[in-house]
Amino acid sequence: MMDYSKVLNPAVCEIKPSGIRKFFDIAATMNDVISLGVGEPDFETPWKIRKAGISSLERGKTKYTSNSGLIALRKEISNYLYRKCNVSYEPESEILISVGGSEAIDAAIRAVVSAKDEVIIPEPSYVCYEPITTLAGGVPVVIETKAEDDFKLTKKQLLSAITDKTKALILPYPCNPTGAIMEKEDLEEIASVLRDKNILVISDEIYAELTFGGKKHVSIASIEGMKDKTVIVNGFSKTFSMTGWRLGYAAGPKEIIKQMTKIHQFAIMCAPTTSQYAAVEALKNCEEDVLSMLKEYDRRRKLMVSTFNEIGLTCREPKGAFYAFPSISSSGLSSDEFCERLLKEKHVALVPGTAFGKGGEGFIRASYCYSPEHIIEALKRTKEFLDTL
Amino acid sequence: MKSEILKLLAKNARYSVSDLAKMTSLEQAQVEALIKELEEEGLIKGYKAVVDWDKLEDAYVSAIVELKVVPKADLGFEEVAERIASYKEVESVYLMSGVYDLNVVVKGKTLQDVANFVSKELAPIDSVTSTATHFVMRRYKELDVAFFKKEDDRGQFLL
Repeated sequence: MMDYSKVLNPAVCEIKPSGIRKFFDIAATMNDVISLGVGEPDFETPWKIRKAGISSLERGKTKYTSNSGLIALRKEISNYLYRKCNVSYEPESEILISVGGSEAIDAAIRAVVSAKDEVIIPEPSYVCYEPITTLAGGVPVVIETKAEDDFKLTKKQLLSAITDKTKALILPYPCNPTGAIMEKEDLEEIASVLRDKNILVISDEIYAELTFGGKKHVSIASIEGMKDKTVIVNGFSKTFSMTGWRLGYAAGPKEIIKQMTKIHQFAIMCAPTTSQYAAVEALKNCEEDVLSMLKEYDRRRKLMVSTFNEIGLTCREPKGAFYAFPSISSSGLSSDEFCERLLKEKHVALVPGTAFGKGGEGFIRASYCYSPEHIIEALKRTKEFLDTL
Repeated sequence: MKSEILKLLAKNARYSVSDLAKMTSLEQAQVEALIKELEEEGLIKGYKAVVDWDKLEDAYVSAIVELKVVPKADLGFEEVAERIASYKEVESVYLMSGVYDLNVVVKGKTLQDVANFVSKELAPIDSVTSTATHFVMRRYKELDVAFFKKEDDRGQFLL
């Protein structure tokens, strides 16, 4: 008999399973669930990009690339970051192609965190930062961003979280699930705290292209004095609807990228070759495709936000990503109860805000990666549910 | 804004005024006024359901008929095109570039009905010099609507 507790890593076993597991089980018993629960574009990858992937296969591009990724792609990323964020990175030494943005986040955290080091994580936010920090032996220090601050990270909160053990700050904007963005003046405030400190900013900018209402994403790396303290993490999944291709990247100081590349080399070898060839096409020729997807997201965003407000769930305007994050306080239910009852009673799947950290209590996340018809039906059922309360 | 409303209605003519208003950030009254204008200006020609008739027992048959036509000196193709368009059997009429002139979609209860219509009504028209009839065997997509199921294969929850 094998005693698995003797072999398993306690740090892994102690990671809590996601709070939405039970919803999977409930949803699995129903065949007419209408979901707003998916954080993934519903568009297929633009055909040009798929064709570039296919063509690379036809030309026999089926081998490993260099550990850091195709130089042609790193050059395109460098051009792209200069174009979009006004920061320049050396393709040879300051860019690493990863398996999705996720791998770059993992490598960045592991490159800087050792035992007992602290990583500051603003929440509600994407779920990976805490467990990765813990697995690296570090200590997650959570900052709960507030609705009244539009879920932005404030200078005051940051100051009170920093200790002499702080190694890194995660900056997850535009933010999943809150839809918050950090504007230039917000970032200036953060930069003023960090400029004279040895703290690495891991800026998760995976939703950088998805901002609305004329607000363009600003990277903290473009703020004076911050480039050498920042690793930008981005990827192709959200912008180009390429989730299944698993391709992302990190751009940052060569001293950090060099160490991240070692981790990447031993864990991964290199990112998928087909995806890398496809991604070159994405960066070169797909600006229009991105714009037309953005326009469609914007219609859905407006539809969803207005409807939530109309049915009595107060919803701030999300300025980035593709989620609405309405308050459910008017229902008198907790996020978890709300989502469980809505699923059981009306077969609508939403994600409780608490899945993204304790600070998400009182909120739900609704993705608008769905057709308007789908959104209209889901919110119609949500209204019926609210009327029964 | 008109073209925005048109695009949305072309996708789904049954969007409510309230949903259109939300998607375009307009007031409902503005949306109503715009739709009325679009109708009056003849930009919106009608609202119809997209039907997969093949699912019905009494499905109809349709054919694409390519017509070569001698245009009239001063009327061009207009006169004959309008005449052909006035038949209830005719679903659409297009003037084409290329080797033939008019593309006419004809429908009927049976193959025989369509064949009769072509030979008795279209072919004898004076200016029509030839016809070629292609029967539709199966419809896969009409008016942007695919008739086959495309599953959303994403999970129900994904953080």
